[in-house]
Amino acid sequence: MDGIEETRRIRLVVNGKTVERAVSVRKHLGDFLREDLRLTGTHLACEHGVCGACTIIIDGVPARSCLMLAVQADGLNIRTVEGLAEPDGTLHPIQDAFHEKHGLQCGFCTPGMLTTLAAVLEENPEIDEAGIREAISGNICRCTGYETIVDAALSAAATMRQAARGGL
Amino acid sequence: MGARYFGASVRRLEDPKLITGRGAYVDDIAIPGMLHVAFVRSPHAHARIEGIDAEFARSMPGVHAVITAADLEGKADAPMILPVPAPIIKQVKTQYPLAFRSVHAVGDTVAMVVAESRALAEDAAAMVMVDYEPLPASVDLAHALDPGAPVAHEGSPDNLIATLKGGFGDVAGVFGKAPHVFKERIEIHRGGCHSMECRGIVVRPDPMGDRFEMWSSTQVPYMVRRYLAQYMGMEESAIRVAAPDVGGGFGPKAVVYAEEYALALAALHLRQPLKWIEDRREHFVATTQQRDQIWDLEVAADENGRMLGVKGVCLHDNGAYIPYGIVLAATGMASFPGPYALECVDVTMHSIFTNMVPNTPVRGAARPNTCFLLERLADLVATKLGMDPAEVRRRSFVKPEQMPYTTGMKARDGSPVAYDSGDYAGCLDMALEKYGRDFRARQAAARAQGRYLGMGVASYVEDTGLAPFEGATIKIQPDGKVHLQTGAAAQGQGHKTVFAQIAADQLGVRLEDVTVEAADTAAFPLGIGTVASRVAVLGGSSVHMAAIEVRGKAIKVGAMLLEAAEADMVLEEGFVKVAGTDRKVGLGEIALKLNGLFGTPMMKGIEPGLSATSYFEARELTFANGSNVCEVEVDVETGAVKILRYVVAHDCGRLINPMLVDGQIRGGVVHGIGNALYERMIYDESGQPLTTNYGEYLLPLATEMPRIEIVHMESPSPRNPLGVKGAGEGGTIPAAAAVIAAVEDALAPFGARIMKHPISPQDVVEMIEAGTPAVAAE
Repeated sequence: MDGIEETRRIRLVVNGKTVERAVSVRKHLGDFLREDLRLTGTHLACEHGVCGACTIIIDGVPARSCLMLAVQADGLNIRTVEGLAEPDGTLHPIQDAFHEKHGLQCGFCTPGMLTTLAAVLEENPEIDEAGIREAISGNICRCTGYETIVDAALSAAATMRQAARGGL
Repeated sequence: MGARYFGASVRRLEDPKLITGRGAYVDDIAIPGMLHVAFVRSPHAHARIEGIDAEFARSMPGVHAVITAADLEGKADAPMILPVPAPIIKQVKTQYPLAFRSVHAVGDTVAMVVAESRALAEDAAAMVMVDYEPLPASVDLAHALDPGAPVAHEGSPDNLIATLKGGFGDVAGVFGKAPHVFKERIEIHRGGCHSMECRGIVVRPDPMGDRFEMWSSTQVPYMVRRYLAQYMGMEESAIRVAAPDVGGGFGPKAVVYAEEYALALAALHLRQPLKWIEDRREHFVATTQQRDQIWDLEVAADENGRMLGVKGVCLHDNGAYIPYGIVLAATGMASFPGPYALECVDVTMHSIFTNMVPNTPVRGAARPNTCFLLERLADLVATKLGMDPAEVRRRSFVKPEQMPYTTGMKARDGSPVAYDSGDYAGCLDMALEKYGRDFRARQAAARAQGRYLGMGVASYVEDTGLAPFEGATIKIQPDGKVHLQTGAAAQGQGHKTVFAQIAADQLGVRLEDVTVEAADTAAFPLGIGTVASRVAVLGGSSVHMAAIEVRGKAIKVGAMLLEAAEADMVLEEGFVKVAGTDRKVGLGEIALKLNGLFGTPMMKGIEPGLSATSYFEARELTFANGSNVCEVEVDVETGAVKILRYVVAHDCGRLINPMLVDGQIRGGVVHGIGNALYERMIYDESGQPLTTNYGEYLLPLATEMPRIEIVHMESPSPRNPLGVKGAGEGGTIPAAAAVIAAVEDALAPFGARIMKHPISPQDVVEMIEAGTPAVAAE
């Protein structure tokens, strides 16, 4: 059993704050966020990288927190669902749109949907419906049938395009 | 008071915390000193346990205990409670919290490891040595009743749990003189619920005595309390069970599970808080599933294509145990004759043990099965007689003027099933109108280009609002806010919003001034559970009744305080006002007065508190209905099925929040599409599950799902004060039938007849290869 509980110190940025922790070398990043940092907004639903519920944004790119060890996140910049809103509480357009368009029911896949879409929309607010469906094809939702999630993403994309043009 | 909120698509009160990562699901609970549980599960479908050696596992780092049945003092050989006993059950086989001498499905709980972390518990679980003597397994449903077939429970005479019979009318007479009788074998396959949140339990024993609290991702906290109290010989008042935010349920979370029993027993034994979170592989082998049935059916029809009667015999796979009694089969049976005014029905269902995960209701319970049967038979009649499938249905439907319509079948309590309201043909025509009338022309044009389009329709009736009751307490607080408590649990439906809409209208307050506390036995004394599309009907009605009572009291006291007539009182903006004047008193002020002050006597004739508790008791079911139209394109090279359009006409009575009803319908339809085309829970001949992750078991994804176009008819139910009917399952019930009908229609040139689901691309290609193109239906 030697080494199974070995720890290593990591330093990373999570939702804008630098954190430094000793972490078990076998702990995955999702567990680290939930257990060590108590950021329980990131949900674990399959833990083999298929359902997308645990998606977080690493250096601007959506990634599965269940498929990565916490020690691999050393030096990286991470955003979780808790970090999507502005520090003053102003919601990200995709959060607003989920509320407006009924893009969630039970809320369990929602953090992964929101992080995936936030990253995708920030990269490309011109995205169309087919692009959005492709973008969330690795996120399983059992409640909504996806349609209202797609509508929310289209609505948020429009909001973000408008904001980028300086309008409101 | 006008309805400002009832009927409006208001945004959900549930959302703000869920979209910011502040939800509170079971796995988000952390209690100081809490230990973590991993279960040792059976790797065999059927085996004797010859011995368990946990000595090494107990010595492993961080391990506090390894518990087997032998360690459950006095409970080792006590099987779990059968929640719904019935005299016709021939063999009562419920699971043990931890296996006692034998296992009957892969995934059965055999031992539990308690350790300082989940990882350490799993390490030790892998080192618990169990000596199994494997036994032949009952896996082949079609032959499970044959003489000499392997039995699921060693020592049993056979695999028969019960034989249910139901029906009405002169079966021999109708079938004897009917101009047309057609036969089919129909097979329906199992899938899982696959709530995105797996199950989870946290239990905290009271340091002061034999009491405990449990948070479980359950649909039925009051049933968890009831059966644990009964099993453990405890008073119900010594147990608190609460369902926090729950990440989807879809039926299987309405079962009281071995893990709940085991954690309660272990927590009291160890006097430590414990947590167990199901992982996804466990979900595939330890959370109940549904739908396996094999039917031999006959339908009788007259020369005009009107269906006259149905008879059938069913082999119903109940899995390894009967955690739900025979409710599932009984629900399927009571769903005959669907929306059709048949002259006779004669159904026999054999509920059967197999060594697979138990089957209990999954979204729709057995209603999607019965709908699939009836709709396939309706399409069979249409094909055989060369008729429009919609016309066969129109001619066979119960008509609006026949309401209330007594079907001839009996409900679970033995009472006659009587539909309350609805216009089934009207609903079908709404769906067809929305869909458009040009399909056959488009289909012909496409075929000329070698493209295969198909269109299917499916209609259903759904019993909702199951007895006996739900209840609610409404209290006005001194700050004027409304606190609403109910036993009814939610798993994402938006019940809090719906209840707040109902209460806010009666009390003249803003929606956001209503807080809802639900599904906690410590907050509300009695509840039943969230099953059978019953919460809006029963919970909603109880909220309505309690709100009316509080409103009446506020008016009475307000009139006394304002020295005006009760008839002149209105409730607006949180005040009781004298209509047409500026004289008013706040609801909070009235509440404060009625909550009492030291030394100040209460007003004469007024009981303390501005609050009321009401229960709504359902005496009769309410019946929702609807029709779906699905259009597909089948790629005859690859066998791929693409859904091009999906239209739903839906009637669940008065709509409380159309946006939420549409959400229920869409999610439900997509679940049914999964059952039709993707979801396949496969076991090998030894009872090993082969599809235990999302690479092997396919769920519907955003890239494959169509938009669901929805139109509503509103036929109010006369059976509750709101006129509502349940909406949680009506999306799923007809969906597989509509999709399969559309695929069959697309493949008509190949003579395909599809009498099962799911179908795979391989099935489609095989049907094409077996068929002869362009032969007209016989």
